[in-house]
Amino acid sequence: MSVKDQVIAIIAEQALLDPQDVTLDSTLESLGIDSMGVVESIFAIEEAFDITVPFNANAPQESDFDITSVASIIDGIERLRVQQAPA
Amino acid sequence: MKRVVITGAGTVNPLGHSVAETCAAMRDGFCGIGPLEIRDVARLQIRIGGQVKGFEAEGRFTRQQITLYDRFTQFTLVAAREAIAQSGLTFEGKLAARAGVVLGTAGGGVSTWDDNYRAVYAEGKNRVHPFVVPRLMNNAAAAHVSMEWNLKGPSYSVSSACASSNHAMAQAAMMIRSGMVLAMVTGGSDSMLCFGGVKAWEGLRVMSRDACRPFSANRDGMVQGEGAGIFVFEEYEHARARGAEILCEVAGFAMSSDASDIVMPSREGAARAMAGALADARLDSADVGYINAHGTGTAANDKTECAAVADVFGAHAERLMISSTKSMHGHLIGGTGAVELLACIMALRDGVIAPTIGYEQPDPDCALDVVPNVARDANVTVALSNAFAFGGMNAVIALRKI
Repeated sequence: MSVKDQVIAIIAEQALLDPQDVTLDSTLESLGIDSMGVVESIFAIEEAFDITVPFNANAPQESDFDITSVASIIDGIERLRVQQAPA
Repeated sequence: MKRVVITGAGTVNPLGHSVAETCAAMRDGFCGIGPLEIRDVARLQIRIGGQVKGFEAEGRFTRQQITLYDRFTQFTLVAAREAIAQSGLTFEGKLAARAGVVLGTAGGGVSTWDDNYRAVYAEGKNRVHPFVVPRLMNNAAAAHVSMEWNLKGPSYSVSSACASSNHAMAQAAMMIRSGMVLAMVTGGSDSMLCFGGVKAWEGLRVMSRDACRPFSANRDGMVQGEGAGIFVFEEYEHARARGAEILCEVAGFAMSSDASDIVMPSREGAARAMAGALADARLDSADVGYINAHGTGTAANDKTECAAVADVFGAHAERLMISSTKSMHGHLIGGTGAVELLACIMALRDGVIAPTIGYEQPDPDCALDVVPNVARDANVTVALSNAFAFGGMNAVIALRKI
């Protein structure tokens, strides 16, 4: 499964939606994912991709990981996978 | 209905091993938060906390006691000794039967769980020490207090996460008011600063990596602490008859439930608890000079709490002082309300308002007098202590100068 499909699967599960209803430009807010849902989604992403996501629920906008949309989450994961790849 | 007063106080917390040390540190705006010194800290992302330093069990307790006392019990016993000594009470005969212990704790013996899970899961051991259960149980601290000081009335522990000790103290006050008991040892304790304890909190993504900055626009989360605050609550006429020194009166209290969300705080639930405490104490909102805030330093708590204060106090919200001492000692979870009650007592007795340290940037959502960074002299006759827990469980205590 591609990163995109995996992320969509995670987000769809959290939003109780069919993956087909989650698109790259969907925002977590538009999918009805609240702050606890965001924290759970990030945990699922960390587990799925074996990365550590720098995310503080107190200041989501200041975290070095953009959770605005599905596309921005995928970009963030790609970047972290490069940064955190084992040497 | 009987009146309730406080005749003894004791504590062990990141600011000191006694009430005097703690109040001095609060006056100085001392920060007791620093790098965690615990096993496997390198595997944690959150590496700061309000640890109690210089507190070794060896030398304080016998070898046999140490096998029975988790750290949260150790803190409790040392704090209880200070409080009971100050009260001057000796629990014998009829007084012993009409005195008990009700203490708050959220986690109980967390580090005992942690050490023994490590032994059986990580280290593959198939045997644990025979006293693991009596060491970790939530009522262990209350039990050892009752045994040590011969308190033979009602004793138990109360658990409501971060409001545990305020709920416990409300219970103690209710029992004295009703005439059921003459005195209660009450307060709370927690000690979760071990690998598993911090790891669990880390998962919630609400912890700051560098400092607890309540009400400051750049706050980014809570910092965990550990410790105990213990008090002797006593029926007023009983205290007066024996000429006891009275620290202040427990004028009222209230408990409320948000009945809405497991972690997000509610403005309405917090406001009902504060207004309820005032009504219970038959006080006017304008009587309140100081509020020790729940003030966790999370984005959600601080703005919700300030909005609730505005709802309850109206124009007076601008005039009263509200500070969060968690900026100095961290969040002591089930013990936090008890240690924070010391700041209220200091305000009433010494006329010193503990500051909110780490305050760097005003937040329009927290536009109250948060006593930023420096303690202040003020004459206060009524103080409130707020505790708003996960689970939406709130408990507020109103103290009055006497």
